[in-house]
Amino acid sequence: MQELLQQVVSGLASGGVFASLALALVLIYNAMGLVNFAQGEMAMFATFIAFALIEGGLSYWIAFPLTLAIAFVGGLLVERIAIRPVERAPILTLVIVTLGLATLTNGLAGFIWGYVPRSFPSPFAIGTVNILGAFTSYQNLGVIAISAVVLLLIYLLLQHTKIGLAMRAAAHHPEASRLLGVRVSWMLALGWGLASAVGAVSGIMVAPVLLLEPTMMQTIIIYAFAAAVLGGIESPLGAVVGGLIVGVTVNLAGAYLVGGDLELAVALAIIVAVLIVKPNGLFGRAAVRRV
Amino acid sequence: MRFLRQAPPRYWLVLVAIVLFAGLPTVVTSFQTSEWTQVLIFAIVIMGLNILVGYSGQISLGHGALMALGAYTTAILIHRYQISYLATIPIAGLLTGAVGFLLGIPALRLSALYLALATFALAVVTPSLIKRPAELTGGVQGILLVPPDPPQPAQDAFALVTGGPPMTTDQWLYYVTFAIALVMFWLAWNLVRHRPGRAMRAIRDGEVAAAAYGINVSGYKTLAFGISAFYAGIAGSLYGLATGFVSPDTFPLSLSFQLLVGVVIGGLASIPGPLVGGIFTFWLPIMTSQFASSQPWIPSGISSAIIKAGPAVSYGAILILIMIFAPNGVVGLVMQGYARLRERLRGAGDRGTGQMPPEAQTV
Repeated sequence: MQELLQQVVSGLASGGVFASLALALVLIYNAMGLVNFAQGEMAMFATFIAFALIEGGLSYWIAFPLTLAIAFVGGLLVERIAIRPVERAPILTLVIVTLGLATLTNGLAGFIWGYVPRSFPSPFAIGTVNILGAFTSYQNLGVIAISAVVLLLIYLLLQHTKIGLAMRAAAHHPEASRLLGVRVSWMLALGWGLASAVGAVSGIMVAPVLLLEPTMMQTIIIYAFAAAVLGGIESPLGAVVGGLIVGVTVNLAGAYLVGGDLELAVALAIIVAVLIVKPNGLFGRAAVRRV
Repeated sequence: MRFLRQAPPRYWLVLVAIVLFAGLPTVVTSFQTSEWTQVLIFAIVIMGLNILVGYSGQISLGHGALMALGAYTTAILIHRYQISYLATIPIAGLLTGAVGFLLGIPALRLSALYLALATFALAVVTPSLIKRPAELTGGVQGILLVPPDPPQPAQDAFALVTGGPPMTTDQWLYYVTFAIALVMFWLAWNLVRHRPGRAMRAIRDGEVAAAAYGINVSGYKTLAFGISAFYAGIAGSLYGLATGFVSPDTFPLSLSFQLLVGVVIGGLASIPGPLVGGIFTFWLPIMTSQFASSQPWIPSGISSAIIKAGPAVSYGAILILIMIFAPNGVVGLVMQGYARLRERLRGAGDRGTGQMPPEAQTV
């Protein structure tokens, strides 16, 4: 029982990471109906920037927000440079462009920082705490706390600010929003910037556990896909719930069912199962096709 | 004779290409021949991917994984069950096609994005899935295949043509691959010109309109993915035979990306495109590393970084630039240039009426 509880807590910690990245995916999906396949690689790149800043002598708690700011600007620029020219193209074109971005970002990180895994500092104390009889590390608790704060901030931004309202409006009704004076195209760019920053959080949170290397996010993005699909790909709340469920499920399945090496296969199984049983996910609306 | 004179230039181009590829092993070394075998294998799987991406507008990031399935089918059948290697090729194709069809059923119920998601996950998961049944797949070590000997008649014919040493295994496998590639390209050409191809293109260009015309949308989408997987299975099987070795790391995620680059650069919805794409995606990494290591002015640290990261960077940049500036790829660019050249040769149109002068008779 105690061990089970421990597995659940560490599942929640990885779930927090998956939830952040899944939320980043949902933000862009909501803005333009596109799954950003470069999200994980962009997060990895941002984590490398954080690494470079910390190496350069900055303290962790200065480097962390600074990286998020850089990631935000970077996401904005990526949208302006690579996505804007094909904004109105078929979805297939957009998907291929994001795949190009993924490969490009991965290659650039490899070019600049090399392919040798590096250890990334963790701001949390080493050691474990006892919660209700389960031992868990400060690292896990810290990841859960930071993910929760980030998700809360995004929620507040989207639901309770004017800019959040404009972003949602631009996503749901571009023409009407444009008539009302919302700069729709910039809202898309803002969505990319925001997603990039949220994704960066997941990268920085997971790097101390996984070691920092250009392929670091390749597995995490699969879990984030599973989380987003499970939650209903357009629902921010779904991404969070989906992330936590995927985190716990994968951890439990890895520990008791299939073994650690097939944890990724569990994510694939979740994706396929959701598509068969409930294609719109837990919180998604049924797809309505307009003719 | 009239047919010969009226045949459009592209028929002659096809003929020239066939003659060139058929004669290639007689002029280059056995090792170079094996490199071109891999080019043709790439062309086959890219052709399959093109049926899916170019003609039916779906996207797969898992064709590397499907190739792995084909390669392992062949390897296991030969290694454990001693089945003749030629017989394993169609088995691998059909098995992979069936798996693709089954995977397509859930993934294609919604938009194209879900197939992309599911196949992306498949590509990442496959290496660890292969490692698990180590008894069957050889685990991390993979399976070594004994290279097949060329049959006697082929050896004799080859020696007769070249007047040189007898045919090597690599040269024999080149001709096997070449023959299969010809058949696969011919099948694809037939497919896209007839009913299924038209249905797929209709779905790509307007799903709702296609459905209104009575086209079974999800049926054709799933069929396209199944056919595409069949091509990947055949190519994977040939890849295993040609390299004589399959292991989980032969088929990483980056292979699936590389194949997608091949489709895009050759030209979506084009029959010669996959050949161009195959040539390009096979040679780019090799050329990059040769170039970077041969330039003395590049410091060795940077040159090794270029060799490792160069292909990924250029693949990414190429994908983005082509989608923005030349969505029809290299073949599209050439066709455009050819059309413009013909216009030039015919002379400018009448500005007033916009009428073109008649086709020039002699040039």
